[in-house]
Amino acid sequence: MSLDTATVRRVASLARLRVEEADLPRLETELNGILGWIEQLQAADTQGVEPMAGGGAEKLRLREDRVTDGGIQQQVLANAPDRADVFFSVPKVVE
Amino acid sequence: MTAPTDYTLAGARAALARREISATELTTAHLDAVAALNPRLNAYITVTPEAALAQAAAADAALAKGEGRALTGIPLAIKDLFCTAGIRTTAASKILGDFKPPYESTVTSQLLRDGAVFLGKANLDEFAMGSSNESSAFGGVENPWKRQGDDSVLVPGGSSGGSAAAVAARLALGATATDTGGSIRQPAAFCGVVGIKPTYGRCSRFGIVAYASSLDQAGPVARTVEDCAILLGSMAGFDPKDSTSADRAVPDFAAAVARGVKGLRIGIPREYRVEGLSLEIDALWRQGMDWLKAEGATLVDISLPHTKYALPTYYIVAPAEASSNLARYDGVRFGIREEGADLKDLYERSRAAGFGPEVTRRILIGTYVLSAGYYDAYYVKAQQVRALIKRDFDQAWGQVDAILTPATPTAAFGRDETQDDPVAMYLNDVFTITANLAGIPGMSVPAGLDSKGLPLGLQILGRPFDEETVFAVGGAIERVAGFTATPSVRAAA
Repeated sequence: MSLDTATVRRVASLARLRVEEADLPRLETELNGILGWIEQLQAADTQGVEPMAGGGAEKLRLREDRVTDGGIQQQVLANAPDRADVFFSVPKVVE
Repeated sequence: MTAPTDYTLAGARAALARREISATELTTAHLDAVAALNPRLNAYITVTPEAALAQAAAADAALAKGEGRALTGIPLAIKDLFCTAGIRTTAASKILGDFKPPYESTVTSQLLRDGAVFLGKANLDEFAMGSSNESSAFGGVENPWKRQGDDSVLVPGGSSGGSAAAVAARLALGATATDTGGSIRQPAAFCGVVGIKPTYGRCSRFGIVAYASSLDQAGPVARTVEDCAILLGSMAGFDPKDSTSADRAVPDFAAAVARGVKGLRIGIPREYRVEGLSLEIDALWRQGMDWLKAEGATLVDISLPHTKYALPTYYIVAPAEASSNLARYDGVRFGIREEGADLKDLYERSRAAGFGPEVTRRILIGTYVLSAGYYDAYYVKAQQVRALIKRDFDQAWGQVDAILTPATPTAAFGRDETQDDPVAMYLNDVFTITANLAGIPGMSVPAGLDSKGLPLGLQILGRPFDEETVFAVGGAIERVAGFTATPSVRAAA
């Protein structure tokens, strides 16, 4: 599988990364280099193998469904690049 | 008299307990060394002298009252991937801007609980993605080691290059680090120091900037195996704030260091004799086998047949997780913002301005392998191969107690010798990456010098949650190897 320019543009949009048109050919070459190398994985026989999700063998724990944190509005907002009162601010989304 | 910066961590602890040196003197000596050498080495992104001296004064007060704890007064470097309350945390990326975490990571809070002094935040590859520390937005780190008769700048390895260089150059007695594919063990080997990545789940990931959550593990870097054991004893332990944290007692790692290897079965995996392995590293590996045999261990040839798939597996799993983890950097809640015509444009411009080229590549690869139509062919396939790599190890533990391999395929390389090909850079992690995929502990111990005078490391892999055997084997190699070489750029040299 090999990426064309349109796919690189689409993936960048999905990833919310602005890519300049001039950088697309370089990225296309680099990504295809990496994906071409990854392709060797297809040679591994994985018939019937359960995919391994997560890094540990231990089962994830369940905890009681109750509030354990909160009331730290100012701390949550402290690093915001732009805020209005107790809200994060963003460009107008709804007309 | 020993220069204060030349103490081992254990030695400094004993000297502090005997009041031969005060924590303030020890911290001041390290801060002076950092001031003198960091402009050149760039091992620290942020130095926090005032906070360090305040912590040292508190340590002296505790010691005077006989209330010293495991690390009271010990100056450490903290990889700038650990959130430190009120102190800028960058992940070596521009995107975090002047981010000052309102909370402390669990690992660093445990070090503080035990009395440690934090000198500052150590440099790393951006978001811990790299093997040379060159992807840092704050510039590369210089390896304090030089080839004989050659002054060219070598890389310290990565991603924990600042941690390893700081410890090697005597700018800290120890450091925190993290390892997602080799980021503790490879820089430790390149800088002639000891580093251990413990079992997945041993150290809490809470408050560590996430790269690939199913692979990331915190661990220490220090100048001796015992010093690493002391640090890991403080860093490890169950934390309800990390759902993957293991609810297990923390053993006395330091007690295991002197245990010896008599009767242990040490596996030698034939698949690690890779093409292009340097002859010197192959010779060191054989030397390591001979040492362990002479110390009473039995060598066992083993096979880990899926080893060849480990790197490509990693370069699907890690970017996939990274693309998801790094979605949080959106220019809205923290970090830098670039204004845009609308919200999507703001996201795209902020992220493009904040992320460097390697991070961008991995986000794009990760987004692609998770996208509709490719998920099964790439991501599920990689998870299946990961299961096979883990199964290889599970089967090996029936035959052996630990595994010995080289830590890296080469010694440290030059900054100007870095390949432009991303894939060539990825090959640095060929020996270390399997431990992350399988979730097992791995240590790198300096064991010798190459013909140009650069340090080389051996790697010890162990069963899940059996770091003690890894410490025992590492301790034995350290004693027999008698590695006493020091880098040419160091404090008090």
